[in-house]
Amino acid sequence: MEPSRHLPVTLSVNGSQYPILIEPRRTLLDALRHDLGLTGAKKVCDMGDCGACTVIVDGKAMYACLLLAVDCDDREITTIEGLATGNELDPVQEAFIRADAFQCGFCTSGQIMSLRALLDANPEPDDDQILRAVTGNLCRCGAYPNILKAGRLAADLQAQAASNGQ
Amino acid sequence: MPEIRVKPKQGENGTELELIEDEGVRAWAPDADLQIVGQPHPRLEGREKVTGRARYASDVRLPGQLYARVLRSPYPHARIVSVDIGKAEQAPGVRAVIHAGNVPRIPWYEEGVLFESTVRFVGDEIAAVAAESEEQAEDALRLIEVEYEPLPFVSTIEEALAPDAPWVHDDGNIAGEPKTYERGDPDAGLRDADVTIDAAYSTASALHNAFESHGCTTFWDGDSLTLWDSTQAIFVIREQVAEKLGLPEHRVRVVKHHMGGGFGAKQIAWKHDVIASLLSRQAGRPVQLMLDREAENLAAGNRNPTRQRVRLGARRDGTLTAIVADIHQASGAYRTGGEASNVSGTYQTLYNCPNVRTEQVAVYTNTGPAVAFRAPGHVEAAFALEQAMDELARTLEMDPVKLRRQNYSEVDQLEGKPFTLPEGLRLSYDRVADAFGWGAEKPPPSSESKRRGVGFAAHDWSGGTGHPPGYAWIELNADGTADVITGTQDIGTGTRTGLAQVAAEELGLPLDCIAFRLGDTATGPYSPVSSGSATQATIGPAVRAAAAEVKAQLLEVASSVLEVGADRLSVRAGRILVDGDEERSIAVSAVTEKIRPHTLQGRGARGPNPEDKTIRTFGAQCVELEVDIETGEIDRLRIAAAHDCGRIVNPTLVDSQVVGGITQGVGFALTEERTVDPRLGLVLNANLEEYHVPTVADAPAIEHARVGVPDSEANSTGAKGIGEPPLIPTAPAIANAVYDAIGIRFREGPLSRARVVAALAEQRAQGEGSRP
Repeated sequence: MEPSRHLPVTLSVNGSQYPILIEPRRTLLDALRHDLGLTGAKKVCDMGDCGACTVIVDGKAMYACLLLAVDCDDREITTIEGLATGNELDPVQEAFIRADAFQCGFCTSGQIMSLRALLDANPEPDDDQILRAVTGNLCRCGAYPNILKAGRLAADLQAQAASNGQ
Repeated sequence: MPEIRVKPKQGENGTELELIEDEGVRAWAPDADLQIVGQPHPRLEGREKVTGRARYASDVRLPGQLYARVLRSPYPHARIVSVDIGKAEQAPGVRAVIHAGNVPRIPWYEEGVLFESTVRFVGDEIAAVAAESEEQAEDALRLIEVEYEPLPFVSTIEEALAPDAPWVHDDGNIAGEPKTYERGDPDAGLRDADVTIDAAYSTASALHNAFESHGCTTFWDGDSLTLWDSTQAIFVIREQVAEKLGLPEHRVRVVKHHMGGGFGAKQIAWKHDVIASLLSRQAGRPVQLMLDREAENLAAGNRNPTRQRVRLGARRDGTLTAIVADIHQASGAYRTGGEASNVSGTYQTLYNCPNVRTEQVAVYTNTGPAVAFRAPGHVEAAFALEQAMDELARTLEMDPVKLRRQNYSEVDQLEGKPFTLPEGLRLSYDRVADAFGWGAEKPPPSSESKRRGVGFAAHDWSGGTGHPPGYAWIELNADGTADVITGTQDIGTGTRTGLAQVAAEELGLPLDCIAFRLGDTATGPYSPVSSGSATQATIGPAVRAAAAEVKAQLLEVASSVLEVGADRLSVRAGRILVDGDEERSIAVSAVTEKIRPHTLQGRGARGPNPEDKTIRTFGAQCVELEVDIETGEIDRLRIAAAHDCGRIVNPTLVDSQVVGGITQGVGFALTEERTVDPRLGLVLNANLEEYHVPTVADAPAIEHARVGVPDSEANSTGAKGIGEPPLIPTAPAIANAVYDAIGIRFREGPLSRARVVAALAEQRAQGEGSRP
């Protein structure tokens, strides 16, 4: 190892701080998967085509393969591992299971994060907004109709939970 | 102990022995009152997959793990003069470098070796590096100095067959023996026909693009090797890797808990499995070798491109008198042994016809090796045959569904045996036509530049039948829960869930009392590759047999506990029921707790398929779409599908398979095409940017008209496969609908925007030219 080639960066992921020393060329995706051991975000195309690596950065769904980790110092990052509260699933996660919105599951983390970002910004999306939220997330198994159903169901589950909480 | 017979059979290598084992259970009656089989149920692994915890091959993290990259040929054909790894070995973080000069000559493919001295496609393996990080491994690859002597090459079937073509291998460009088949007198059938069709079709090479690339994480403990592999066939990988490395099979463990798609391309051991193992041995550290997207698309399989000349003869009433198909398929640079691409099959069996001839010739090209891709061969054949049938229907001015009904076969014409469910295809025709509204008046197009069309296509599939061998073990725990163990794998289709439902049904336990374990050669009994849509039909009966054995023991114990004859006992929903005496029913756990710490154990083997009948899967699809005659865009797809997959074990999973298969069919029909530069031999779209798989916005409206008639003669569960069939008829049904819309026949696939625009321009030019 040549320390001179590495830079210090503190990643703020799922509410925890991770000070790490990495090469400047390392993507956020590789930093998450290799330095932090958070393997939920998947590497498929590694060039911003497929969305399997989608995470939420400062409230927006972003492709982790297109961000350099050193540029993410102190940005708020949420990954699929950060959605559930203990054993309780996020409504988007719950909806994906109920709607059978995946087969192999490899694109699923990215799909869920895109919809999570949508619902954070807009808790009452219409069907077109749901579709637009996942247009940047490919699914090779072709679970698309159920992914859209899951988006709708997630919005409903979230609204229900909100009204129950009031 | 069930009876086991040894039966000789003729195999590829002479006489082989087949072990015939009775399952010991009768098939569920078609109208059996089943509680769990047939019900929708979410996937058992759902929670793992939505939380990011599901561990795929690329997610394995072991202490000291290294990351590997493979140096691949930049030339489609070249002799390697020299390889110098000196600088790479000294590069930061590098722990192992291998190439032809420092590893054994491990035999590979037909006559080849692991690292060839002549590379034959862009992407062919030359050397590999393991380093502390992927980035460092990539840096080191650039320091490997290779001197190449480029050689002339061929990229396409036409180039490979040209008289003066350069040879891919020393013995020419024809791969293996041509496969020929003939019955009756096809020439007379064509001669005596009232109407003939003679047309040449071609299909492109589609790329699987499973989202998890091929790859593995390997780890040596002394002389024992473990591979976490992204594979459809853990036991095949174990056998092949053991053979390549000279290891006994019990020293190789292959694990695959989850896989990010395979679609046929992951059923053999690929070079990277052995490369990772060799790097790991050299470095003395675990090694992860995942192919990047480009390598995945260059070197890990593709659907073979085909050229098919199809001739049909028919009488005026539509009765077929001859089917003749001359087929060429491109194997790529090597024959992998995992192609399974029988393009001829559909011509031989889908329609009743006394006179059939097929000739199938495989051709080498300097492109990546082809391998099975979801319904290999049948997808390609259906594109041609089902368009030819449409052309015939139009020539005869006959409804295309009626034409197919006219040529219905209830028997397997290859073997002369009836099908186990001879009405399977007819039911598919009925259901799909009904659901779609076939024959109803077409609604007007959505705008002035649009033309609307409808199309139909049928299919058969030789897979989906299931077969021996395949085994399962079940342990009924003292608390009344059960562990079900098999060595099969869930490739993303829902195998865990479908098989657990079979176990729960037979055991009479609720589904949440079942733990289903698979995907590890160290724990599970042998299961074959998950391919051919076979897994549910292969392992389901083995699971059921194991459960039946456990259940018999359970009822024996219950008989002692309840002091009632076992023949009066049954088990349902976790309770032992006494025939005619409801009040004496007790929980299963109340019985099993009595024998704690003993457990009840059962073993099941997949029995033989029937000898006097042929099992097959069939289906049909109807498509409605619009073509924009100004932009060439094809959209507003509405597709109805009906497929005979026997008993539907879990409608949720079957619906998802149908929707997913059709979606891939839409890609094959409209956008998916590997593009090779003819001057350089380079693949121009080995990525997901320029190779277009369907997006959510491309997804058609799909209606699955379930057939769901149990095929009780096929196996004891009555279920057949559904994984591959839905992809088969989609592309020809789309092409037929496009013809219906704009009167242009696309015999070359896919029907890309460029091809449609060009054909529309030609149509306009001809129209203008013919004007007075």
